Amino acid sequence: MTRLDTHLDDAGSRRTVGATCPLPIENGETIQMAHGGGGRMTQRLVEGMFVPAFDNPMLSALHDGAILDRTAHGEAVFELDGAAGRLAVSTDSFVIRPLFFPGGDIGSLAVHGTVNDLAMCGARPLALSCGLILEEGFPLADLQRVVTSMREAAAEAGVPVITGDTKVVDHGKGDGVYINTTGLGWVRRGRDISPRRARPGDVVLVSGEIAVHGVAILSVREGLEFETTLESDSAALHGLVAELLDAVGEGVHVLRDPTRGGVASVTHEIAGQAGVGIRLHEDRLPLSDAVRGACEILGLDPLYVANEGKCLAVVAPEKADEALEALRRHPLGRDAAVIGEMVADHPGRVILRSRIGGERVVDLLSGEPLPRIC
Amino acid sequence: MRYVDEYRDGAAARKWLDALRATVTQPWTLMEICGGQTHTLLRSGIDRMLPEEITLVHGPGCPVCVTPVELIDKAVALARLPEVILTSFGDMLRVPGSDTDLLTAKARGGDVRMVYSPLDAVELARKNPDREVVFFAVGFETTAPANAMAVWRAHQLGMPNFSILSSHVLVPPAMEAILSAPDNRVQGFLAAGHVCAVMGYWQYLPLAEKHEIPITVTGFEPLDLFQGIWMTVKALEEGRWGVENQYTRTVTAEGNRPAQDLLRKVFRVVDRPWRGIGVIPESGLGLRDELADFDAERRFRVEGVGGEESPLCIAGEILRGLKKPHECAAFGRECTPETPLGAPMVSSEGACAAYHLYGRLATDHLATETAS
Repeated sequence: MTRLDTHLDDAGSRRTVGATCPLPIENGETIQMAHGGGGRMTQRLVEGMFVPAFDNPMLSALHDGAILDRTAHGEAVFELDGAAGRLAVSTDSFVIRPLFFPGGDIGSLAVHGTVNDLAMCGARPLALSCGLILEEGFPLADLQRVVTSMREAAAEAGVPVITGDTKVVDHGKGDGVYINTTGLGWVRRGRDISPRRARPGDVVLVSGEIAVHGVAILSVREGLEFETTLESDSAALHGLVAELLDAVGEGVHVLRDPTRGGVASVTHEIAGQAGVGIRLHEDRLPLSDAVRGACEILGLDPLYVANEGKCLAVVAPEKADEALEALRRHPLGRDAAVIGEMVADHPGRVILRSRIGGERVVDLLSGEPLPRIC
Repeated sequence: MRYVDEYRDGAAARKWLDALRATVTQPWTLMEICGGQTHTLLRSGIDRMLPEEITLVHGPGCPVCVTPVELIDKAVALARLPEVILTSFGDMLRVPGSDTDLLTAKARGGDVRMVYSPLDAVELARKNPDREVVFFAVGFETTAPANAMAVWRAHQLGMPNFSILSSHVLVPPAMEAILSAPDNRVQGFLAAGHVCAVMGYWQYLPLAEKHEIPITVTGFEPLDLFQGIWMTVKALEEGRWGVENQYTRTVTAEGNRPAQDLLRKVFRVVDRPWRGIGVIPESGLGLRDELADFDAERRFRVEGVGGEESPLCIAGEILRGLKKPHECAAFGRECTPETPLGAPMVSSEGACAAYHLYGRLATDHLATETAS
């Protein structure tokens, strides 16, 4: 792909140029599916084009959501119930196929996804916006199903949808419906959840069985249908996170929801941003037999498969037991487990200790994981 | 989980490792044929656990990797034809041709679709009678029966709008080519278990006799590989050659006869160019003359394909086991999974992709850092 270089121009301001193509293959001219896959190509696009374009400290934290702590007019403090805090903002677009899947649909997912991005900043979600891009010819009955599902998910999460927008595109120019949701949240002043706080010795926890959502979606994808009782784990996680933060407070150093790209991609991101290594243990990963079986047959690595109702937490070692108990007290965290630890070795890299005692690097995927040939 | 956990047991792995240590007395170089085995070795970290006397080199058993660049160029050219729906397995889509790959052809408006089974491509042709559906049929003996079945089904249904672009290759001629090369360093083979599940292993007996080497039919789980390596090393240490079967739960000497019959009904053996290696006599499968209507190369006149390789790519040496991926100057620099110069960096079975994904860099000091 074309590498986007950031440099200083004559006036000394940063700008981006789409210049160097070190490769004989001209595949940098157009967007490819892998640019949206959450792997390395997405990372290059974000860090090579978007971050330089909109450069500011709140953006370059590169979290799922941003904390608005300063505006052009000064410090931004937002009081809630008499406590001082900050506004948290997050946005996410949903283009999933099929629209309806076991355990959810694009509507519930659009609510859960943004609520969870806020929760991963340690924020209490307050309100959502909803932007709909509809394709000409999309059945109103299906839209009604999606909207009802959004309403139910929002009501269950206790987060109202307070504004919205509707656009329609020509038949053939969309996939029925695309949804964007933006969420506003409140985070207590002083709460700092960030990879910067991760230290060697910290413990890595996950709130339950991984790779369920991705496998459930694959099981109903056109051309690949297989029978399973698996349902997506799509759920709003702010209640679970609140339980965890109440129990161990500042002991929680990092929170991420391992959605697109799975546990592998978020741990890779955390290790990179923290400048600390991570060691995962294959035999501690919570995996159901149904998910393992599907992944074996399809040749997928569950570490890279998406979750929509799981939280990954990096916690101070002395708080690890309390954190695990707090997660397990919540219905969404019953199967929580310690899956690894931050280590001083190999800073910025994730290593997996395999079941048979070998080790390997866990890297980012380039694009979407694909079922194997044979 | 049953039938999986038994073959990934840490205590059993340590026993095999002890047995290997007790058996090996001198350096040996083995080649695992199949890319799936390469990935298990790296994914489980087996390559780092073996006694230092044992060197594993990675074989040509990655169907995507050995598909000649000319054929990828033809697939790209076909995808540009407005009447064509070009179908392929996902892995094939990112493999670079002379100047572009199928995903780029798709991004530029070509109708390229990923399928999970060749029969899905036949179904697509049935549903789109006004379009021409071409299936890019790659693979070894493992995938050939399913692709043969697709052609046979289309033949039975009398479908005029289905064809395949065939790049089928065969394992034994490739092993012969590797062993006959003057610079060969392979002393024993782990044969590809799933290829043998279809073809049996009778084909390998003459190879083992002629070259006086041990060949062990081996599975894909970590313990399969430990055992296969141990069996091969034991034979080498004892000065024996011949064919042994580690993968007895799946492979028999004669293989899957109905699948072999179907292959003979649909395909004939042809000379085939292998990417990075060159033409190997009688190493591929092409459609029989009576099924020539299903041959996309005959149906469409696709001219002006380049067939140019990147001068930096040493895929040929990698696929013959002469070099390891991280010994390539372009590895991890000009050539990465996002910007592959050769197919082994793309395929989920490619050795370069495995080295990259599982972090085997030339400067990698992981083993010493985490030896605790």
